Amino acid sequence: MNISVQNVTKRYADHLALDSICLEVPEQSIYGLLGPNGAGKTTLIRILNQITAPDNGEVLINGEKLAQKHIATIGYLPEERGLYKKMKVGEQAIYLAQLKGISKPEAIKRLKFWFEKFEIGNWWDKKIEELSKGMQQKIQFITTIIHEPKILIFDEPFSGFDPINANLLKESILELRQNGATILLSTHNMASVEEMCDSITLINNGKRILEGRVNDIKRQFDTHNKEVRIRISDKSKLQALTDTYNNIKVCNEGDETLLTLENPDSELIHSIIDLGELVSFRELLPSINDIFIQEVQSKNRAS
Amino acid sequence: MNKIGLIIKREYLTRVRKRSFIIMTFLGPILLAALYIVPILLALNSSEERRTIAVVDGSHWFEDRFTNNAEQTFIIVEGQPIDSVKEMVNQGAFDMALYIPPTQLNVPSNAILYSKRQVPLNIDTYIREVMKKEIEEQKLIASGVDPDIVNAVKTDINLSVMRMDDEGNEKETFTEVQFILGIILATLIYFFIINFGGQVMNGVAEEKTNRIIEVIISSVKPFQLMMGKIIGVSLVALTQFVMWILLTGAIYFGFSAAVGITHPESISSGTVMTQSIDTTDIMSNETIQQVVSIANSIDFGTIILCFIVFFICGYLLYGTLFAAIGSLVDNNTDSQQFTLPVTVPLIVALIASFYIINNPDGQLGLWLSMIPFTSPITMMVRIPFGVPIWQIALSVVLLVATFVFMTWFAAKIYRTGILMYGKKLSYKEIFKWLKYK
Repeated sequence: MNISVQNVTKRYADHLALDSICLEVPEQSIYGLLGPNGAGKTTLIRILNQITAPDNGEVLINGEKLAQKHIATIGYLPEERGLYKKMKVGEQAIYLAQLKGISKPEAIKRLKFWFEKFEIGNWWDKKIEELSKGMQQKIQFITTIIHEPKILIFDEPFSGFDPINANLLKESILELRQNGATILLSTHNMASVEEMCDSITLINNGKRILEGRVNDIKRQFDTHNKEVRIRISDKSKLQALTDTYNNIKVCNEGDETLLTLENPDSELIHSIIDLGELVSFRELLPSINDIFIQEVQSKNRAS
Repeated sequence: MNKIGLIIKREYLTRVRKRSFIIMTFLGPILLAALYIVPILLALNSSEERRTIAVVDGSHWFEDRFTNNAEQTFIIVEGQPIDSVKEMVNQGAFDMALYIPPTQLNVPSNAILYSKRQVPLNIDTYIREVMKKEIEEQKLIASGVDPDIVNAVKTDINLSVMRMDDEGNEKETFTEVQFILGIILATLIYFFIINFGGQVMNGVAEEKTNRIIEVIISSVKPFQLMMGKIIGVSLVALTQFVMWILLTGAIYFGFSAAVGITHPESISSGTVMTQSIDTTDIMSNETIQQVVSIANSIDFGTIILCFIVFFICGYLLYGTLFAAIGSLVDNNTDSQQFTLPVTVPLIVALIASFYIINNPDGQLGLWLSMIPFTSPITMMVRIPFGVPIWQIALSVVLLVATFVFMTWFAAKIYRTGILMYGKKLSYKEIFKWLKYK
């Protein structure tokens, strides 16, 4: 299922939370929704979940206007999440599945499968309050996907997970996409954005400031910097080069030298390679993290 | 609709399974039953314990005046000085010794009752009563009044209060009973509204602080969740109410059967005034009749029906408000400024009850039983005294209309409040929420 958000505007009493936001989430992709705190991400996610309604604009799911019936096709893992502390794990998971329209026997069947997969089968009769935060997060994740939604919305899914479980979660999310789910991922963890997202949107103060495929964006912000690792026998030649060019940064690491070249021309590259024995040469694409910081700061300065 | 059903079921089951609910459900009837079982037990016990009272009557006026019954036996002791009788009391031959000194000026006016233990009030009163009557009679006769006239003057006043309705029917009323009933009903409805309204508030606040709220309202509408919770808790309240009635009845009749108290069939529904029923053998015909007519004077059907109607309507009105307050709670100290304005009308109504009970049809009673925020309590004070049907109908209509409006109002606050964290809230801000889409 694809999601199309068209000119969605949401105004609260004293501020504009979303200002004509547009975005297209293609089917079977992982789409990153990025932005600083208070940018309006949660408001947008709540609109998609029909927790609040937009003042203007509309949301289309497969070209159909978002309606009550779509609730069963969406799975939502909110950032602020929790469970009934006094309720038993199994009972609670069944209840939440039933609220999504799954019959009780079907819910039990599917839960058993997921509990097995996450190796938590023996927690069924425990109370939530007896579990650690990370354990609760696992239950929470299972209850989000138990109704096999075609659309999944994850808001900071990795918070509270140790690296092993975070990896288990990441693999599960990738597997869900493989099985046809469309996934909207909102997170501040830029490493996971680079690893998982096909496309992203960056919003700031309710406005979209950047959108596109991750690789295209990186290309777009490419400053054409290169990194060279080289063993140099005659350091005086390097000295001559750095005197001529002011876009070389030098860092000595033992018998290897690490050179960062800011947008070098081919002449400089050739001269560098001739300096000695080349260990590695790679282009330095900006990270999503850098782009995020750069874009948000420049927008905030402009306003 | 199905989802509301699921929510109601969860809210109901988690509460009914709670230990505190089970304890209250069983403790309540035991306390209620104790209210009338203890006096009966005391009555039964004291009648087993006969007290013997030695009477040393120096005046010889009262020797045949004291009558024996189940609780007391008077034994006239002659020719013994009071000191030796006192000694016999000390040794346990008698429970008490009553000493009436020889008369100085024809009329005895003082007496001394010696006892090792606390003298029961009824014996004390009985002795005073007998001596007073005898002395008064003797004085009248001494001043020349014919003893026959003295006897003829003795009268017991039996004041029956008859209440007339518009059709001219007369009905006997018992003010004390109505008084007690009115206060009990008002207190009960106050307790139910505060207790179960509070449960709604805590339930909403729990979901908010648990942060489960957003998970749930991505599946159901906030309005469904709010109503599901309110209805679920109301069913818990009704369960408790019905259990109390059934258990109280069971304990009472079980106890009655155990100690062999038999009841006239006609008053089996009346638990009121049971304190006066001791054992059948000492219950005079008159008492039975009185109890029967009291039971008949109380319209239990109307009272129970009105209680349930006013409880449900009042609870729904306050339940929605408490739900709205719960949605504003971030930490408990915060909620005070919002709970106070809601509980004040209830407290006012309860305090006013003690004035209204003296004049149930007065202006204060009339107005407070029409204002929806006080009517559930005030109406229950007035119901035992009889309230015109148009007043009850009007009051219910006003209550339902307010409830419907308040549900809309509370739902607006609720759905914004449950997602609002870490923000200091003012009334002004909350009123802005009403405009959100």
